[in-house]
Amino acid sequence: MSLRLDHLAFRYEAMDMIFDAVFPAGGFTAVIGPSGGGKSTLLNLVAGFETPLAGRVLIDDADVTALPPDRRPVSMIFQDNNVFAHLSVRQNVALGISPALRLEPAQAQRVEAALADVGLDGLAHRKPGELSGGERQRVAVARALVRDRPVLLLDEPFAALGPALRRDMLDLVRAKQQARGLTVVMVTHQPEDAIHAASHTAYLEAGRIVALRPTADLFAATDVPGLAAYLGDWRNTVL
Amino acid sequence: MAERHNTVIAYQPSRAPALAALAFLGLALTAGFLPVLAMGIRQGLAGLDPYILRVLSFTLLQAGLSTALSLAIGLPLARALARRRAFPGRFLLLRLLNLPLALPSIVVIIGLVEVYGAGGWLGGLFALYGLQGILLAHVFFNVPLAARLVLADLERIPEENWKLAAQLGLGPWALWRIVEWPRVRSGMASAALLIFLLCASSFAVVLTLGGGPRATTLEVAIYQSLRADFDPQRAAMLALVQFALCAVLALLAQRWGGLVPDVPMLRASARRFDGRSGAARVLDAGLILLVLLLLLPPLLALAASGLQHIALAAPLLRAMLTSLLLGAASAGLAFLLVWPLAMLAVRGALWRRVAALAVLASWIVPPAALATGWFISLIAYAGPLWLSALLVIAMNAMMALPFVARVLMPALGRSAEAHDRLCLGLGIGGWNRLRVVEFPAVRRAAGLALVMALILSLGDLTAISLFGTQDFVTLPALIYRQMGSYRFDEAVGTALVLGLVVLALSALAERWGET
Repeated sequence: MSLRLDHLAFRYEAMDMIFDAVFPAGGFTAVIGPSGGGKSTLLNLVAGFETPLAGRVLIDDADVTALPPDRRPVSMIFQDNNVFAHLSVRQNVALGISPALRLEPAQAQRVEAALADVGLDGLAHRKPGELSGGERQRVAVARALVRDRPVLLLDEPFAALGPALRRDMLDLVRAKQQARGLTVVMVTHQPEDAIHAASHTAYLEAGRIVALRPTADLFAATDVPGLAAYLGDWRNTVL
Repeated sequence: MAERHNTVIAYQPSRAPALAALAFLGLALTAGFLPVLAMGIRQGLAGLDPYILRVLSFTLLQAGLSTALSLAIGLPLARALARRRAFPGRFLLLRLLNLPLALPSIVVIIGLVEVYGAGGWLGGLFALYGLQGILLAHVFFNVPLAARLVLADLERIPEENWKLAAQLGLGPWALWRIVEWPRVRSGMASAALLIFLLCASSFAVVLTLGGGPRATTLEVAIYQSLRADFDPQRAAMLALVQFALCAVLALLAQRWGGLVPDVPMLRASARRFDGRSGAARVLDAGLILLVLLLLLPPLLALAASGLQHIALAAPLLRAMLTSLLLGAASAGLAFLLVWPLAMLAVRGALWRRVAALAVLASWIVPPAALATGWFISLIAYAGPLWLSALLVIAMNAMMALPFVARVLMPALGRSAEAHDRLCLGLGIGGWNRLRVVEFPAVRRAAGLALVMALILSLGDLTAISLFGTQDFVTLPALIYRQMGSYRFDEAVGTALVLGLVVLALSALAERWGET
């Protein structure tokens, strides 16, 4: 399902942002760029947590700009606080189906299946406090899976995890994205994440999407203003 | 925080001043408690006569009802304020919520009488003298307190939770159950205990609005036994009951999350996405209006009527001078008691526990209970003016200890963390360290602590009622006297003066407390 931002305008303090881009349907797009450039704002606009001044958010050609967050075909995973500490892992996932936590047998099975899918079977009765940081993020992924929305937004979801764990989590999301044909947009500070998991990468600076290309093309590009300065030596040392 | 202080930092301030502070508090408590205990033991259970049991049950009844009512209004109000982050006047309303507890209770009571008393704007709406009046006054004080405490908890909910809730489409009930209630639950329990404790030991409200022996509480009954009936036996028995009640409540509340509420913040909270339906808007607006109707009329009546009756006559000026002198002395004493304890408490777990208990002395042994012992030991025999003054100063200082500690401790803790190693390396210690490092570093906190203690003392009616005399009168005592002698107009004028002095000081404290 395609995600299109049509001259979407927003203003935060002194910065005017305008986003105009098409995120490929069924693709995994990483968004990189300097801090304070509007990466999180971009996700918040798509999810409906911010109201744009002008422009449209189109998902599969349907205009969702005026819809409240829960009516959009979108799930979002944050860096922290994705889970409620007083609810068990199973309940946290079940919230994705029923806010009242009352599930029909078939729905309960979907929850169990999602837990197994992310490798949390056996931990379903635990409270988030008893989990590691990586496991907590798996709960969020499982919830996104049971919600079954075609667009998945990730806001630096694995920034607090170590390199190996981050790679595992990226593989998990990538596998689910491919199995279900999700359209994923992930904000990250790590170019490695983009190279590892993303089919496409967008470079965002000062409230503009400067370029959105296949990942390999973007990192090889020399015609994207600001990108070389943002990446610095990184390109030489890694690529 | 706790773990950090457990690491041993080699700098150790002198223990002598802290031991002196503890000795002072120990002496005060012993002198207050031992005579009472001795008298109580002599009487045995026979001393618990029906009168005392009736007073106890009324104390519990009014405190329980006051707490329930305050929470029943304060909780939804907090939710309404949390949901409405930007309506015109929100900032002012939050300021208004700080007012009832900042003002001396006798001042607020004057406002309530002005509105709900015979001939008042809303005279006859409540039976002001008796249970209804007591509840009204306690609700007036504690709805804002409950709302502030719950609001602080609600505002600590991280923004991601609201986003998640919006995305999952949680309705108002699910939102309450899943997001809000788990966050406010423990805070509510300690708020309930705190309010219960405040109401169970409330003095001025019950003294002025209680309807004689039928509607009296332990605290006021002690005062009446000592000052009106000259019955120290009964006072001792009442004091023991009061002590048992308050000690249990204070220790419970302390365990649950601390007795002294945080200095309120006026910052913006995380954005929420709920409460956009018409019904929610009407509900919230109605609640805010209700609370305005509760809070504004007494304050406006006090201002309007007080302005007409301010008369800076000699008794008022003398009472003002007495109040300020006593207040300054109490604040200074409280400061001297807390500082050395805090210096040690921020550097060691044992001292931290000792200090926490020491500053709570006046909550565990409430003023009237403490005063009973002092009264029996000292005043009953001679009672020269200077002794009365000393006792009032000591009692007010003890009542201010938790507030002073709440402000000083974190400041001294930060200073210890920032400077201890450096000072050790440079060999700066003792008086030089205080002069060069500590005083400049915690100047603002020290000023704030002193002003808060001063404000508390200025509003005190308990100690001055117990130890005051015909010629030893503070502003609250003068107001009470003017009320009692059918000079209500003068009382209103005096109350406005006292209210304005206290508000000016609070404004000062707020400026110091901002950073």
